[in-house]
Amino acid sequence: MKAFIKRYAAFLVAILGFIAFLFILPAYREKSLSMIVFQAKTMLLVIPPIFILLGLLDVWVPREKMIRYMGNGSGLKGGLLAFLLGSFAAGPLYGAFPVAAVLMKKGSSFTNILIFIGAWSTTKLPMLLFEASAIGPRFALARLAIDIPGIVIIAFAIKAALPEKEVQRLYDEASRIE
Amino acid sequence: MDTIILYVVAGILLALSALKDRKKTLQALKKAWKAFEGILPQFLVVLILVAVVLAVLDTATISRFLGSGSGAWGVIVAALIGAITLIPGFVAFPAAAALLQNGAGATQIAAFVSSLMMVGVVTLPMEMKYFGKRAALLRNGLAFVFSFVAALFVGWVVSL
Repeated sequence: MKAFIKRYAAFLVAILGFIAFLFILPAYREKSLSMIVFQAKTMLLVIPPIFILLGLLDVWVPREKMIRYMGNGSGLKGGLLAFLLGSFAAGPLYGAFPVAAVLMKKGSSFTNILIFIGAWSTTKLPMLLFEASAIGPRFALARLAIDIPGIVIIAFAIKAALPEKEVQRLYDEASRIE
Repeated sequence: MDTIILYVVAGILLALSALKDRKKTLQALKKAWKAFEGILPQFLVVLILVAVVLAVLDTATISRFLGSGSGAWGVIVAALIGAITLIPGFVAFPAAAALLQNGAGATQIAAFVSSLMMVGVVTLPMEMKYFGKRAALLRNGLAFVFSFVAALFVGWVVSL
């Protein structure tokens, strides 16, 4: 019970804050309530398949394979694979984080994890096609062209800036996922 | 549309998995549920944050900011709005296209789209749970700076 309250403490604070917000600014009441319903629907719609995929990944892909393909020393191929994995994904960025944790647990290198996150955030293929048709192919392709080096640079910059100990801590944390 | 693809892929793989090994598939589903339950508290916080932010910053308000905001100031405002909002692409892209037609600059729109996709201030509680505070803040900070680079580049290419 205590652990439960501790885990959900931030949520309880958020709920109280939200109720206060509804009372103090009644003008936003209707909109924020309908927004919560809309967002919850979107999230509940995308979440099941993403988590099923990560469950399957966890069960079926052996650690040795993951280390070989995406671990330290997987080189350019590993980075490319991480990029493609992220680009063929679908769903919002928050869906990528739990998948990234499973990739970490399986032994993918940290740089590749960051490339995967970067690709998922911005070069998702289905979204790119939609962007090209809605805004224009020139806009979408220019963004893709600058995003690819951007993702790689950001990945290496984070890896360089983060102390080895912190990265190790994240891996230890990920390895505790059942 | 991408949600449908997601369901089809997950469904096919799940069926293949079940055909090959029932027990392992059940285990995978258990893991899926555990992973979901693990992130649920952060997830609920994000839900509330998103609702408040998008109630205050609805599409009409965003359009007013971006439509009038030309020049460097407009680019900064666009990137900031993109960073704190969480809008699915199927809503954001048509809105961005309408803004462009109504005279908003390509650089501003590119800044908005880039930071919308790469920076997630409201989803930070979820990101920190898996990546820790330092890495999450670092990634969002760098992605925010990068969205200006991307905006200038896209604006330049579109103007050619």
